[in-house]
This record gives sequence, C-alpha cells and structure tokens, in this order.
Amino acid sequence: MSKGMRITEAKKFVADKLGVTPRDLSDNPTMHELRGGLRMGRIYEGETTYFDDPSPLEAKFHIAERLGISINSVNRFKRGLGIGE
Amino acid sequence: MEAQVPTRMGDGSLVELTRSQIRADLEAGTEAAAKRGKVEPLAQDELDHLLDIFASAARFTSVDIGDEVILSEDGTGHPQEGGRIEALYQHEQIICQDSVEAYHMDYSYPAVKTLVPVEQAAMKEAQERLTIPVHYGAQPDLGRYSKPSGPCDNWSELLPQMKIDEARAAQEEAIEMAIEDMVFVAESLWEAGADGINFDTAGAAGDADFLATLRAVETLRKRNPEMGMMVGMASETVLGMHGQLEYRGTRLAGLKPKGQMQVVQQAGATIYGPAINVNTGKTVAWNSARVLTYVKPCMDEAQIPVHLNVGMGVGGVPMYGFAPVDAVSRCSKAAVDILRLDGL
Repeated sequence: MSKGMRITEAKKFVADKLGVTPRDLSDNPTMHELRGGLRMGRIYEGETTYFDDPSPLEAKFHIAERLGISINSVNRFKRGLGIGE
Repeated sequence: MEAQVPTRMGDGSLVELTRSQIRADLEAGTEAAAKRGKVEPLAQDELDHLLDIFASAARFTSVDIGDEVILSEDGTGHPQEGGRIEALYQHEQIICQDSVEAYHMDYSYPAVKTLVPVEQAAMKEAQERLTIPVHYGAQPDLGRYSKPSGPCDNWSELLPQMKIDEARAAQEEAIEMAIEDMVFVAESLWEAGADGINFDTAGAAGDADFLATLRAVETLRKRNPEMGMMVGMASETVLGMHGQLEYRGTRLAGLKPKGQMQVVQQAGATIYGPAINVNTGKTVAWNSARVLTYVKPCMDEAQIPVHLNVGMGVGGVPMYGFAPVDAVSRCSKAAVDILRLDGL
C-alpha cells in the first residue's frame, strides 16, 4: 500500500522476490507451503496446527526482509529493541 | 418463450428476467452513465461479457484463477466475533482477507481524536496478533464541525436562507479544523504501528469535505513519506456545497471519478476508491453497467491502485444491509473483468 503499486506490477514484484510465478500466487497449496518454509505466517486450523510457526511480528520481519519493503510495525518494534532504523 | 433467470434489484429484491431484458438493462445503464457523466459507453464486447455474468443462474461467481485482486476493507469486525482484536484476527485466519481495518464504531475523525490513546493501544495489540496489514480508518465527517455538534455555523441551515457567503465561510473554517484532526489521528495511529490510513467517504459533506481530505493527505505525505493512505469517496460526483473550492487549480465541485482520482493522486494518496451510488429502482445489471462506465476513464490514467467500492449501495451492490452474495459476486467479477481493477 505504501508504494502505490498497480496490481500486475505488485504481483510480479512479489513473485520475483519469492522465486515463484505470478500464477503461483493464486495457488493456495503452493503459497501455504512456501509461506511456511519462509516463515512468513499462514493460517491454521484445529487439526493442522503449527506450533513452531512464527509469531505475527516475526512473520512480518521475514516479509519485510524477503520483499525488501518497509513495514511500519516492524520498524516500530526494532526501534523499541534499539536495533535497525 | 425465453427462459427467465433470477437476478436482483438495487434494493436486493429477487426478480426474474429474460436474457434479452438483462441485455437491455445493461445497455440502458451504460447509456445513462455516458450521458450524465459525458464519458464513453461500454463497448459491445464488454456488454456481451457482462451479459454472461448477470444472465447466469449460478448462486455465486468469481474471477478466473490468476485474476484475483486485493480486497481492502473499511471497518473490520462484527459483534458476533467478540472483541475488536479477536475480530480482526478472525478475518485474517478464517475469512482470509488480504487486509483489515481497525476502527471505532463512531467512524469519524473528529470523534476519534478524543479517543486516540485507546485506538493506539488497540493498534499496537493488533500488530502483534496479525500478520496481514492492519489499517486504521474513519471518515472526515466535516458536518460534525457545524453547530450544534461543532463550533462552526451550520452551512446546511445557512444555504436555504440564501446566506451563501456565510455558509462558505463556515465551511472554510471547518476545513482547517478537520485537517488538524485528520493529521493528528493519522500520525498517532501510524506511530502505533498502523500499516496504512483510510479516509473513508471523502466528499460526503461536499467539496469542502473533499478539500479537507486532500490537504490532510498532502500534509501527511510531506511529513511521512512511507505512509500508505487510501482515499475512498462518498459518491460519483462531488457536491458543490461551497462551490468555489479548488485543489491545485482544479475546481472540486462536480468532479467525477476520473477528476477525483487525479486530485487524489496529486495529493499523495496510495489507493483511490471511487464510489458510484446504486439506483434501488433498477436491476444490478443496470447499476453495474452504469458503475463501470463511470469508472473506466480512470483506469488508463491511474498511477496508483484503484479499489472500487463494491459494497452496500455502491459499485452495483444492492442497498441492503445483508447484501445477497449472488449480487455481490457478480458485481465484483464484472468490475474486475471489465476495469482490470487493482482491488475492491
């Protein structure tokens, strides 16, 4: 949202950063496994829990790092810890 | 005898029309927008595609795989979902939304400014509980600055008395107050970790309301280069309650979606959300064709994402509190397929 990217450009940007195709972004199983492996956060349900998955803040750290974008809550957390910006 | 298919009116009621009748409605809807908005009507192949969508008897429809767009939302959460943060989390985990918006029930920047610390605490917690973007939103709500709610003279009362100069002066006074409040709230929630700020129903109180929003966005952009800002409109035409207000040389009164988008871009917003109101006496097909005709001129010129408002009473969706999913899904698919939108 902060970059104001149009959808086609945004999909290509994200796909390139994740090493997949824009079509892969539409595939739930592919993205579920990818997000799990990259520790970017995913949904869970009663019989498929992921206790070792990252917390939302950790997930956003990975998202910011992998995509090379600035995420406000991540920057705020870093400031609180005295690291980063 | 031509078969009839179920479809909806703009008030949500179920009716049955033939394919030919739906086609006639599509053509009438686009012509209505072309005439009033002084824009081109939809092309025949576009109307053909819309006919396939609206003449379907399917309960639900959607875009093709690969054509998915981003869903942004105003005011996420319902009472049945428990607390505010739990509601946001459910929308991430169970409804699987792309983004959510934390909000206060009194969805108004002048109201929220008195509750900022509470909203900041909620945003902080939300950012720790959710992975998807959490925005914060409210309405500019310029009318609240007029008496008896606010300190400014009430221009809605002054105008019928033909006190035009006084009405304009009151709106100009309210604009400055509104900008201050919007900037204060937005920066406070940004400081708390918000991923973006939404100015919803911009222009609801007319051109002064819209100008206040644009100037607030401009100020925030200068002071916060990374802030994401969405400006969602209130209607397809900005009402000239003042009549003489301009933003960077553009008269705001009477602006239609393309003109609205241009000034929103100039101000520095990162998402523009047009809102085209529904005629409850017409079918969803008629309304959808009208919506798409109005918004289509925006798309080639847009340099920021365009998220059409597709909800209760706008974007072709029936004006009904619990909009039927058959209508919502058709209007959504129609908008994405024809306009190549960035989001809804």
